[in-house]
Amino acid sequence: MTRIGLEIHCQLTKLESKLFCSCKAEYRNLAPNSNICPVCAGLPGSLPILNKKAVEKAAMISLALGCTIPQKIGFFRKNYFYPDLPKNFQITQYNAYGPTSIGSDGKITIQGKEINIRRIQLEEDPGRLVYEGKSMLTLVDYNRAGTPLVEIVTEPDFETPKQVRVFLNVLADLVENIGVSDPYLEGAMRVDGNISEGDGNRVEIKNVGSFRDIEKALHFEMTRQQSLLERGIPVVAETRHWDDARRITVSSRSKEEEQDYRYIPEADIPIVLIRNESIETIKKQMPESIVAKRERYVKKYGIPAQVADVLSSDRFYSDLFEKSHNEKNAKEVANIITTDLLSYADTREKKLELKITAQHISSLADSIMDNKLTRNSGKQALQEMVKTGKSLLDVMASLDLGHVSDVNSIEKIIDEVFKEEEKAVTEARRNPDTINYLVGKVMRKTKGKADPATTLDILRKKLSS
Amino acid sequence: MNLGISATEFVSQAKVGTISVEEFVAKTLDRIKLVEEKVHAFITVDNQNALAKAKEIDKKIKSKDKVGICFGMPVSIKDNLCTAGMKTTCASKMLENFIAPYDATVVSRLKSEDAIIIGKVNLDEFAMGSTTEFSYFGPSRNPWNVDYVPGGSSGGSGVSVSALECLASLGSDTGGSVRSPASFCSVVGLKPTYGLVSRYGLVSYANSIEQVGPMARTVEDVAFLLNIISGYDSHDDTTIKNDSVDYTKDISLGISGKKIGIITQMIGQGVDQEVVSATNRAISKLQELGAECIPISLDAVEHSVAAYYTIASAEASSNLSRYDNLRYGFDFGTEGYEFKAFISKARSNFGPEVTRRMLLGAFVLSAGYYGKYYLKAQKVRAMIKAQLDEAFKKVDFLISPTMPILPFKVGEKIDDPLKLYLTDINTITANLSGIPAISIPFEISSSGLPIGIQLFANSFEEKKLLQAAYALHKTTHLPEVPL
Ligand SMILES: [Zn+2]
Repeated sequence: MTRIGLEIHCQLTKLESKLFCSCKAEYRNLAPNSNICPVCAGLPGSLPILNKKAVEKAAMISLALGCTIPQKIGFFRKNYFYPDLPKNFQITQYNAYGPTSIGSDGKITIQGKEINIRRIQLEEDPGRLVYEGKSMLTLVDYNRAGTPLVEIVTEPDFETPKQVRVFLNVLADLVENIGVSDPYLEGAMRVDGNISEGDGNRVEIKNVGSFRDIEKALHFEMTRQQSLLERGIPVVAETRHWDDARRITVSSRSKEEEQDYRYIPEADIPIVLIRNESIETIKKQMPESIVAKRERYVKKYGIPAQVADVLSSDRFYSDLFEKSHNEKNAKEVANIITTDLLSYADTREKKLELKITAQHISSLADSIMDNKLTRNSGKQALQEMVKTGKSLLDVMASLDLGHVSDVNSIEKIIDEVFKEEEKAVTEARRNPDTINYLVGKVMRKTKGKADPATTLDILRKKLSS
Repeated sequence: MNLGISATEFVSQAKVGTISVEEFVAKTLDRIKLVEEKVHAFITVDNQNALAKAKEIDKKIKSKDKVGICFGMPVSIKDNLCTAGMKTTCASKMLENFIAPYDATVVSRLKSEDAIIIGKVNLDEFAMGSTTEFSYFGPSRNPWNVDYVPGGSSGGSGVSVSALECLASLGSDTGGSVRSPASFCSVVGLKPTYGLVSRYGLVSYANSIEQVGPMARTVEDVAFLLNIISGYDSHDDTTIKNDSVDYTKDISLGISGKKIGIITQMIGQGVDQEVVSATNRAISKLQELGAECIPISLDAVEHSVAAYYTIASAEASSNLSRYDNLRYGFDFGTEGYEFKAFISKARSNFGPEVTRRMLLGAFVLSAGYYGKYYLKAQKVRAMIKAQLDEAFKKVDFLISPTMPILPFKVGEKIDDPLKLYLTDINTITANLSGIPAISIPFEISSSGLPIGIQLFANSFEEKKLLQAAYALHKTTHLPEVPL
């Protein structure tokens, strides 16, 4: 049996400032070493000041993953030398001397599979090493140093790499839904894995760039271990790095594992008391969970389970849904968002570029339901609104999308079609199943504006006469 | 002009114009020039800025503009407290040319009250030592006899106040570093309660126990400085949000009716006979002033030196690991070194005492030894705190000699770290427990060397402590420094 555990690092990107100073938590796209101060650069004499909001956000993750939050949380220093670490220690949390990390012993059920969460800890992100190819130099950018990071450690409860991927997708949706992180920002969510086969030794896998790659890396490693064991060769307990170019895991020097981090309590940050009332307040502030949301969509509005699934797990679109729907048009709004809008904008960048508003979607849904617009024309209108941000009325006028449901006009068009398509008419008289071809011709002539039901009605009448 | 007046006296005269600040500062700079080659208190003297600032303050006084309550008082600052624009070396090669981009909170508070930072003073490298001999820039010497050590690690602070090179100084006290030089140089030195004074800008050595402390010639001066530097600081999460207290108000209230416990472990075996006699005379004086003195046993004190060096070294090993010469430091070629070799080469430039404590600290924190040493030391610390809590149910203050021995000769104990460590036995109790303690100059020995008496009070009872210290200090008649 394969056992896989994960260590996920998730930046709290929704915070204004870093974990221990007032520098910006959003360090991306800034000139190197411009987002630093004496505290995050670890200058002599500087002291960390705990960002209480980061504690709240980390507590939200803990609650969302069913973890217990202790009454006191504390910080430790993890001592090791590395150029991206300004103080040569990382301020993190540590449970060896009693639980003081923000969460422990949680559980989340995914597709019927229970995944236990061992611990959740709040810590600072190190800086970044930048390799300058030409000059052979290794440069350090401390803009990221001190960014609030939550580490989530699972028990080795996964049995397949695929379960891992499903879990990570759910986790990404979850942190986005509770508003603590944008997991799709570059480097915002990083995963290390550990994997063992049967009673074999555990192998750690590090340096995996993306969610897709962790599945591949685990898959490679699982196969490697299985084939070793089949040949009677024991698996070595070690750390292996994912080699992205060669798509294999490679053994790292074993010395690294023997590192002794010499944990010591961080006396500059007093123990934080977490009162029950504060936890209750945080619980109240937590947005509705994805599971609860999905259930509400199905039960209250009769939205099909599959649509509700897609809608509830995406914070951006579920927010848009909440703003645009009413009791009457909810189903139609959900339909517009999940079948049409989602295909225009599935990435973060594209979502940000959308010019469409809740108002647009609401009126579009109403117009379709009131038969003022066919679904087909609705699609065109949506596309135009996404691009221009113009109102539905303007778009309908400029694209001439008004619904044609008056019988005379449709009859005229059908007469034209009958002249042009004699063969098809004969065929349709013989075999009524081919009538759709003629409907399509009518639609093309009216640019999709003809009411499908009326068109079919008239067509049938004319064919049988 | 008498440079030996108290800071309080200076303020009252400068305020009304009977002292010219410029003249006083100029005379002080002359004095520094004169005595520095004998005592070596300073690492940096800020001649130009000090004089310019003095002129500016004189002008403000004359034109009746608002002036800060220090009125241009020249103050020296231990060189492990950051000063924007002035070097902060920690007496280490590692920071030989380091200029902090910001002021420590205590420094900015002094500046905003128009104190003049006249210079930065010597210390044992990164404040690790009890004699100021472990300075990269060479030892400071005791103004009472320049062959003798001035105590430490805030030796430069003690010397500069004692040798009339400034009116007051800020030191830092991790295991007695303010009180030891106060005692050896015959000045007053206070280690405040942990959390009363901001540590922002104090270069960390053992951050769970150290505090910035004022040193001056009178108890009132120390109270005056404490008024300025104490209080909550948003840059230091360990400072306490207390109501502000005026420590100078009612300072002469006396100690009649107060109870004082004599710590038996600090006055017995291994304590110099002259120091014991002086302590007994201090106790008699306090009794004459109406205090009741009883013996108190704190047996955890016997383990305090071991616990202190375990905890302080452990914290030092972590705090000092940032000095890897990657981001700031001294000229150092990178050619031919891979990362680990570079780090160890850079760190070989720490002095012997710092190296010793970092090695010791890394050892006691390492896997397999943490429980045996570090956790055990923390248990001793908790025990000391518990015994003190018990004691303060019975008494208002505790008393002991500040140092168990008289000042000794430069070089005498430098090769015997254990012996040196043991001289801290009376002071470290206050650091491990966080309580305040003050050293009061009390007598001069037959050999002409100062003896200080130490008083302790419960946490955040500085006001009461300063009243007792004031009363005891008033009973003394000490000669002028023979320099
Ligand atoms: Zn910063």
